Amino acid sequence: MNFLPMTMRRNGVQCMTPPSETLLEVSGIGKHFGGLAALNDVSLHILRGEIYGLIGPNGAGKTTLFNIVTGLYQLDSGNFTFDGTGYVSCKPHLLAQAGIARTFQNIRLFANMSALENVMVGRHVRTRCGIWGALARHAAARAEERAIIGRARELLRYVGVNRPPQTLAKNLSYGEQRRLEIARALATDPKLLALDEPAAGMNATETESLKTLLQTIRADGITVLLIEHDVKLIMGLCDRVTVLDYGKKIAEGVPHEVRNNPAVIEAYLGGGSA
Amino acid sequence: MNMLAQMSRKHRAWLAFAALAMLLLSLPFITDALLGRGWVRILDFALLYIVLALGLNIVVGYAGLLDLGYIAFFAVGAYCYALLGSPQFGLHLPFWIVLPAGALLAGFFGVLLGAPTLKLRGDYLAIVTLGFGEIIRIFLNNLNAPLNITNGPQGISMIDPIRIGEFSLASTHELFGLTFPSVHLHYYLFLCITLLVIFVSLRLEDSRIGRAWMAIREDEVAAAAMGINTRNIKLLAFAMGATFGGAAGGLFAGFQGFVSPESFGLTESIMVLCMVVLGGMGNIGGVVFGGVLLVLLPEALRHGAGPVQQALFGKMFIDPESLRMLLFGLALIAVMLWRPAGLWPSRQRRRELSADDDAAQRGTVYDAAK
Ligand SMILES: Nc1ncnc2c1ncn2[C@@H]1O[C@H](COP(=O)(O)OP(=O)(O)OP(=O)(O)O)[C@@H](O)[C@H]1O
Ligand SMILES: [Mg+2]
Repeated sequence: MNFLPMTMRRNGVQCMTPPSETLLEVSGIGKHFGGLAALNDVSLHILRGEIYGLIGPNGAGKTTLFNIVTGLYQLDSGNFTFDGTGYVSCKPHLLAQAGIARTFQNIRLFANMSALENVMVGRHVRTRCGIWGALARHAAARAEERAIIGRARELLRYVGVNRPPQTLAKNLSYGEQRRLEIARALATDPKLLALDEPAAGMNATETESLKTLLQTIRADGITVLLIEHDVKLIMGLCDRVTVLDYGKKIAEGVPHEVRNNPAVIEAYLGGGSA
Repeated sequence: MNMLAQMSRKHRAWLAFAALAMLLLSLPFITDALLGRGWVRILDFALLYIVLALGLNIVVGYAGLLDLGYIAFFAVGAYCYALLGSPQFGLHLPFWIVLPAGALLAGFFGVLLGAPTLKLRGDYLAIVTLGFGEIIRIFLNNLNAPLNITNGPQGISMIDPIRIGEFSLASTHELFGLTFPSVHLHYYLFLCITLLVIFVSLRLEDSRIGRAWMAIREDEVAAAAMGINTRNIKLLAFAMGATFGGAAGGLFAGFQGFVSPESFGLTESIMVLCMVVLGGMGNIGGVVFGGVLLVLLPEALRHGAGPVQQALFGKMFIDPESLRMLLFGLALIAVMLWRPAGLWPSRQRRRELSADDDAAQRGTVYDAAK
């Protein structure tokens, strides 16, 4: 079950010669909204090839951290390093180009475009055809367009959206929309795939097949950063997790250690909003 | 009929194409014979407005940027032509320099206007572009002192006619045994330009750039997160749309022989926007249809309303000009109520309407607006 072409398959961590084993390093990031500290001096590092969990009660600052490392928010303090390059502030499209792709907690597909076109848009950052190519449709432009379509179809199959590719995104089922978002993100050839509650709203079977998909993605050499409320999914999938609460990191480690950490239990039970 | 049924799809498509081509080619002669020369002139204007509307369609229909000052680019193109090809400065540069110059200058203005508005969305963008449109018009109105550039409200007259080589479109020509008056010649030139603009629009729509425009229209944040340089792609939409507008402006100046700021008011901007919205945003066929409709119908009313009222009631109740605005308003409201996606919605909007039904039946429809 592997539809990813060679260019995308990084053959795991071993055969890369990374500048470091760390893919994303977040150091002392702070972010305030008015008086509210959504993130307060948060540091963590994600290794190449792992599935890293980010958990915490509602409003803990998980999505805010995603928004910072994908360039949608500017951080107030700290910095982060991705794939050997340090960032303080950066445009979203440049981070996508650097290799961070994401999905959104409240699905943000291009609703009135077809499923296929959604994924094709994901290829934008790895393709070049401009105005002249679009008008002249010379051989190179046609070849590129064919490659985009081929790859998009491949990715739709890969994530398991088995619908006519012309179906509009907004007419897909909820679970399919979540998968389509993953396909669109994968189309950018990411090094780090950041998923914001991909299992939200899914039933048990859908969650199970999502788990398989994420394992396949990791096996294909893509590092995964996962925000999830589904504890079972986190336990079964993640190599390491970080727990945020009120913008602070309260624990980090392998899932079953973290689960028994008193501070974490307190955060979830005390907050009453797990 | 039987023969028609037996033909393959491809043959029928060819037949339809040939019929359409014949119709378009003979249209000025038919119109001239049936309705008179004045109507051929109206056809010419319809084609100009279609070019304008197709340009605006790139900005509004594809990229989803509501531009209420679009007519300013038409003005820039027209004035560029007028200043470079009239006694105003004594410059009489050839058509093939003046027209592209106007289009490029308009494209430059498109970027100039686009750049500061990049962070604005929806209503805010509409208001700022509306302001820009007015600024250009007011500039044109007042650039006659202390240095007279635009001749102010009087406008510029005696603009050089469109001349391709030694072939002037302003005079009657005898070709292939047929007599081609000036309006007919302009018709054929404008038709060629319209077809070119349609071709460009079609190619852009189905390309990497076109998809990026639509992605921005659908969700700018998601588009940026997927690696689209939203700033550049939006500027490109402004520039492309403005270039088409500028080209149409140049043709307009050469055709009329006269330009004044009056032709470039807010009403004209709104008129072009209506063509795009009424016809079917994002759909080239719809935009063309909207353009034809909004140029021809008011003219038909202007010519028809008086006599009809005379015949029915023996006197005039409403003068045709106000009737025109009245009916126009009613038509707009009707379309917005019953066909919000336009008279001829785009492929996707149509698909989306029909797909909505079966999705609703399966109970899986997801409200993407949330
Ligand atoms: N753009 C914003 N403006 C103001 N406040 C914000 C903004 N974005 C997030 N916040 C606030 O920051 C805090 C953290 O929000 P965030 O969305 O990161 O939480 P979360 O951990 O993703 O929660 P959930 O599990 O509910 O998704 C919340 O209190 C939220 O209200
Ligand atoms: Mg969140």
